[in-house]
Amino acid sequence: MLCDECKKYYATVHIARTVNNQKVERHLCSICAEKFGGMYFTFEPTFTINSLLAGLLNQEVGYGPGAKVVSTRERCENCGFSYDDFRQTGRLGCSECYAVFAAQLEPILRRIHGSSNHTGKVPLRTGGKAKIRREIDRLRADLQKYIGREEFEKAAEIRDAIKEIELEENDQPEDES
Amino acid sequence: MKLDDFFANTIHSWMDGTGPHADIVISSRVRLARNIAGVPLPHMLTNQSANKVIESIERAVDDVNKRGNMGKLHLFSYENASGLERQILVDKHLASPALGQSCSTCGIVLNEEGSLSIMINEEDHLRIQCLQSGLQLAEAFQLCSSLDDGLEAIIDYAFQEKYGYLTACPTNVGTGLRGSVMVHLPALVMSGHAGRMLNTVGQLGLAVRGFYGEGSEAAGNIFQISNQITLGHDEEQMINKLSSVTSQVIEQEEAARKALLKNSRVSMEDKIFRAYGILSHARVMNASEAMQLLSDIRFGSETGILPKIETRTLNELLVITRPAYLQWTTGRSLEPAERDCVRAEIIREKLGSDNS
Repeated sequence: MLCDECKKYYATVHIARTVNNQKVERHLCSICAEKFGGMYFTFEPTFTINSLLAGLLNQEVGYGPGAKVVSTRERCENCGFSYDDFRQTGRLGCSECYAVFAAQLEPILRRIHGSSNHTGKVPLRTGGKAKIRREIDRLRADLQKYIGREEFEKAAEIRDAIKEIELEENDQPEDES
Repeated sequence: MKLDDFFANTIHSWMDGTGPHADIVISSRVRLARNIAGVPLPHMLTNQSANKVIESIERAVDDVNKRGNMGKLHLFSYENASGLERQILVDKHLASPALGQSCSTCGIVLNEEGSLSIMINEEDHLRIQCLQSGLQLAEAFQLCSSLDDGLEAIIDYAFQEKYGYLTACPTNVGTGLRGSVMVHLPALVMSGHAGRMLNTVGQLGLAVRGFYGEGSEAAGNIFQISNQITLGHDEEQMINKLSSVTSQVIEQEEAARKALLKNSRVSMEDKIFRAYGILSHARVMNASEAMQLLSDIRFGSETGILPKIETRTLNELLVITRPAYLQWTTGRSLEPAERDCVRAEIIREKLGSDNS
């Protein structure tokens, strides 16, 4: 049987309606059924990482341990983005938003990554104190390793290196973050 | 250099089949997400400020070019690129389909070998990417990281000691690093173990997808494995984890290949020779059939059932038989039916010239 509407494709959708005791039957192909019958057969999944994340955020407000329940309309002064905007899009507005919404972001980051502390690369030029502190952490780990192996000469060398860097650190200006 | 020159070059370094384990690992990719401090993120930019972002990245790229340690980098405006040109860059894995979606004023930086690219104003201001042939994640990261350092000499990155590199989406924050490998696993698929193995990989915090990224089916038995977590571990740990899981996947695939050849050699030979026969003689070939048959002859060539076919030829075929590339090659838009004929012809030519 061909579609009642376009008469081109086979009718695969059969609609029977009873209006005022009158039974009306229509036989349509899936394309015409979408157009005229209000029935949808093609499904386009719409979830992206951003929309899934937005769903996660909607659960978060007011529940996360220590999450400060601030007005969701609070805005980032730098870009004008609000936490509501973030909940809808799953994206921040600018880098300043991380500081503005830190209280809300903290539990979310822990949920996504299992951690909320960066331990990786630090920018060479603008890393400032972070770069130095990272270097000290690395040396301290080495120090423990040498002490464990009872290589005290090497351990002493590293201890001196740490002292030197710590002096250097005090000369650096404190960065904003 | 024009974008067209890039398309004329059908082989980029990631396709040349020279890296370690290139028989199973087609390519390794590392990308770093970076943003400029204080500047609204791409989805918030006006055209004017988006252009400013492109200009400041251009200055940084010029500076890197002057120092000369990263080869020659070229910046292209993406706005003037046609839909076809964009699709070819996506098929060559040099750009992502999302470039142009968050912000229409965007651009792409490429080096001549096609091993380095920087997407400008995709989801983040910069997405620095390096592609290498075979299993070379550490090398890809080193190259990315050097380019990153070069750009940082001029650009003030959005960085916080606690959260690391700040990104548009919190799923990328921290290192901003996404490493991925493209692996060809025909024996695991044929022996029915691919699903379970990839499921296990998923439980380790790694994601598995098809050849063309998010949402794509694993056509031609090619899978993409990538890290998901970007915060809390350093770059080396992330790269090591992905490399070591990939090495185990390689071992499993090798074991499955041996078992298949031992237990069902005749049916394997039959499958592979049939694939070779069809590819060398067919007149009409759709994209998914081509992907499947190319996987079969790749398997045949690597296991010695077929005479050796160069890995680079097989990699090249994966890209040049894509719909957009076929249209670029013929210089006109093609109906699907016509496309299938051109595809069959190109495959016949490539396989013929390679083995004559």
